[in-house]
Amino acid sequence: MKLSDLTTRAGEWLRGSGPMSEIVISSRIRLARNLAGHRFLARASRTERNGLVKQISSVLLDNPVAPNSFYVNLDDAPEIDRNLLVERHLISKQHATNEGARGVSISGDETVSIMVNEEDHLRIQVLRSGLQLDEAWAQINAIDDQLEGKLNFSFHPRFGYLTACPTNVGTGIRVSVMLHLPALKLTGEIEKVFRAAKDMKLAVRGLYGEGTEATGDFYQVSNQTTLGKSEEDLISDFRHVVIPKIIDYEHHARKTLLNDRTTALDDKVCRALGVLRTARLMASEETLFLLSHLRMGVNLGRVKEVDIPTINELFLLTQPAHLQKLQGRKLEGDLRRAARADFIRQRLNGN
Amino acid sequence: MKCENCNKAATVHLTEIRSGKKIERHLCEQCAAASEGVPVKGGHTPINELLTNFVMAHSGLQKDLGTTCEHCGITWAEFRQHGLFGCEHDYDLFEKDLSPLLQRAHESATHHTGKVPTRAAAGTGVPKKRKSVDMTKLKKELQRAVENEDYERAAQLRDAIKEAEG
Repeated sequence: MKLSDLTTRAGEWLRGSGPMSEIVISSRIRLARNLAGHRFLARASRTERNGLVKQISSVLLDNPVAPNSFYVNLDDAPEIDRNLLVERHLISKQHATNEGARGVSISGDETVSIMVNEEDHLRIQVLRSGLQLDEAWAQINAIDDQLEGKLNFSFHPRFGYLTACPTNVGTGIRVSVMLHLPALKLTGEIEKVFRAAKDMKLAVRGLYGEGTEATGDFYQVSNQTTLGKSEEDLISDFRHVVIPKIIDYEHHARKTLLNDRTTALDDKVCRALGVLRTARLMASEETLFLLSHLRMGVNLGRVKEVDIPTINELFLLTQPAHLQKLQGRKLEGDLRRAARADFIRQRLNGN
Repeated sequence: MKCENCNKAATVHLTEIRSGKKIERHLCEQCAAASEGVPVKGGHTPINELLTNFVMAHSGLQKDLGTTCEHCGITWAEFRQHGLFGCEHDYDLFEKDLSPLLQRAHESATHHTGKVPTRAAAGTGVPKKRKSVDMTKLKKELQRAVENEDYERAAQLRDAIKEAEG
């Protein structure tokens, strides 16, 4: 298994299956871990940094935590490959642009990725489509147990797992659920979600996590508290309180659009489809917004001739790195926008 | 206007209210940096850095500026600037200053509750898993499940409670 095998298929998080997949795009859990006896990365020397990569990557290669795992050395990976991994949510933007010895181990089905030398020595991630937090936790907990047998994680009796940034200390866990909330956005009720999330000490972010804007009506809801709350309690809150509530809001907003503003809804959806099918130059942000409206239209039964897997595939394959990888060359400006428009027209017109 | 300390032009003007009295100070950049902790770097300092340094200088935290971690060389001030520690020892070294920050960031929590690695559990006598069943928590969750009409979950919880009660 290698990196180039990934390009042509939809990543795990966009497979569009799993419970509640109409609204819940993906469930993600990550654990931050550091090795005892080594400085955190901000203060690690080059030699120490290299040593960490060597030690951790060899443990990951010798004891694969998931089938068909492969390791990518990001220090000498070309920029386009690093961006490809960001677009597939397998590494963070920060990990792509950082410098120095670092890498990532990825499982064949892309549900597991382990970043080495990101902000912490290890960032273990499990990503599944739809609402599958319990499954994701069971999987990542087992991986953590397995790695703990080979690596001595830094742990403090009072503070728990020690992390470079104290905002992650304790469990080192971040639970993130990616939601598609176009109706709440259209009805202007998305602010309610933001307020409720803030009251519950949750962060709402854009498509690619920290520091990114919400594009195409995709929102990532994640915890900020990592100390004083067990992993199970946190996940249970998400699974049984937070996420069901947001799903209810969105369902309600969709129903309102469908019943009271049918023409306005159809107008949005049909315009989106019209532009996607005919435009000659498409920017990536506009593509996300139009695909978002189209996705809502398909989910509400207003558009029959396009299916969700096709839309999900377009979401991913029209992103800059994927598009260029598929075309086999570097594309900038109008050339890239033209290639994107061509690609979308082909997929949506079925020729 | 001239600087109070030297004769250069005063470009930093500070107004402070101390026990109801308004104190105005006019300083040049160098004197301001030296006495008030206002940094001056080529005229373009990001506002957050400006504020951080100013607050740091006035919050009584200077006393810790001297403490340097022997393992990674970081000081509390350096940590505050970037938000990242240099090594695992910093948590103990700066525990006193860190505690209020942690409480603010983590809903007033002071201690870890959650997973404990087996190795640590064996070494320190910390139990590997937290208390096996927390009845109050289960009952609260059951109530919540019923309120949310999640009957499948409610049934699971009811069984768990029954089993725990023996």
